[in-house]
Amino acid sequence: MREESFLRDKLLPISTVVLLLVAGWYVAAVFLNAPFERDTADRAGTEIGFSEILRNTMAQERPVLPAPHQVIAEIWDTTANKAITSKRSLVYHAWITLSATLLGFGIGTVLGVLLAVGIVHNRAMDRSLMPWVIASQTIPILAIAPMIIVVLNAIGISGLLPKALISTYLSFFPVVVGMVKGLRSPETIQLDLMHTYNASPAQTFWKLRWPSSMPYLFTSLKVAVAISLVGAIVGELPTGAVAGLGARLLAGSYYGQTVQIWAALFTAAALAAVLVMIVGLAHTAVLKRMGAKP
Amino acid sequence: MTSNPASVVSARNLGLTFETSDGPVNALTGVNLDVVKGDFVSFIGPSGCGKTTFLRVIADLEKATAGTISVNGMTPEEARRRRAYGYVFQAAALYPWRTIEKNIALPLEIMGYSSEDRKARIERTLELVNLSGFGKKYPWQLSGGMQQRASIARALAFDADLLLMDEPFGALDEIVRDHLNEQLLKLWARTDKTICFVTHSIPEAVYLSTKIIVMSPRPGRVTDVIESTLPRERPLGIRETPEFLEIAHRVREGLRAGHSYDE
Repeated sequence: MREESFLRDKLLPISTVVLLLVAGWYVAAVFLNAPFERDTADRAGTEIGFSEILRNTMAQERPVLPAPHQVIAEIWDTTANKAITSKRSLVYHAWITLSATLLGFGIGTVLGVLLAVGIVHNRAMDRSLMPWVIASQTIPILAIAPMIIVVLNAIGISGLLPKALISTYLSFFPVVVGMVKGLRSPETIQLDLMHTYNASPAQTFWKLRWPSSMPYLFTSLKVAVAISLVGAIVGELPTGAVAGLGARLLAGSYYGQTVQIWAALFTAAALAAVLVMIVGLAHTAVLKRMGAKP
Repeated sequence: MTSNPASVVSARNLGLTFETSDGPVNALTGVNLDVVKGDFVSFIGPSGCGKTTFLRVIADLEKATAGTISVNGMTPEEARRRRAYGYVFQAAALYPWRTIEKNIALPLEIMGYSSEDRKARIERTLELVNLSGFGKKYPWQLSGGMQQRASIARALAFDADLLLMDEPFGALDEIVRDHLNEQLLKLWARTDKTICFVTHSIPEAVYLSTKIIVMSPRPGRVTDVIESTLPRERPLGIRETPEFLEIAHRVREGLRAGHSYDE
């Protein structure tokens, strides 16, 4: 087996794909933004050449599809050039969304694990709960999110928690499903062994089921943390677009600020990537501590 | 026949029927058997003869549906609750996230042994199965034979006088198997345990046992009980002696009588 090289095995394939995407994006930007330039020229009664269209489509104020460098400039402008406490700062908005995401993810994980433990240990819960858990995910989150916000507002709960609960609503599901499978993953022979020791259910849980379920838990957590972010963003939409990445998206669409929308989208994507990566690192670290084959 | 007071395991007319979707399956019928303290008893027979099922009944992993069985004078369930036996499965069944010494510590933790006591027992049992110095390794770092030895150490770590072994060396190659058989006999001599051993290898059964139970399938039953005349001290070379071959012959005859090969 040849040795893995960072340049050849990681950087090269990834950067090739990125380059192709960026190139395709530029082509699409010119193609989609050109009609506006032609219309403007028509109305002014002037002729417009291809080179001028090319130049103009890269620098429209409200393009149909902003060029990549416009988005990057907007991200730079709203992160590095603004105080992080400013309402114009993407860092400020990202933090608002992130805090709801993390709270929702935390509650969702705890809830998911508790439900899975109940389902695995109790036949009645297995029969009665699992269909509801699955049904809960068939309701469109966009429909239920405003209801949660409104109902919680009516009983005096507002701010971070309602948004976090929408994250929870989405994120508990993969944790339940993954953990039910994980807690049931010990082989019969391993369970028989516990039986021969006359181990209590608690001992069987902590010494066998729980450690067995770790790979399943972390796989679920990766999905859960990403959809927690989606939940938090969706939760920000019906609140009147006060703060958060969802608010930036909504405000951007109100005022046709496509560059702002794309900047917020990319920030959200980057945030999701970082969160998934952190869970991935925790996964590796835990499995390493559990003596997994390197 | 009455129950012998020195009996560790005593079965009378024992039967077990599994209810399956294809109708009832007779796994065991009319088994009468006594295992005396200090015995090394082998159960031999083709697949489906109920030898593993019988071992699992002793261990309270299956419930008999007819007859009676006592383990140390108690029901199997009581015996299990008092941790009367150590069980060695076909596969090592080591927990992959625990090191070898932590695996051996597993029953000790569950049974509430103190941490100094655990340490001493781990060291002693690792030495018994010739694995001293491997305590800090994870199971995947050991060969199959070493893993199975670790699982034997785990079954020996707590104070159970009865050792139940279900084809423990079935998945190993013959050279490793010979070696482990020799070690198992030494271990038996040193620890004074009673051993019930399931196998489908005739040489293994004859080499190890003081008593060989020959079983046959459909329905699972005992067809012959052979008391070995071999001495307790058994070098590997004993397997070429006429006495050994004679017992092996009787086992083979017993297997043939109970099993129609025309099926």
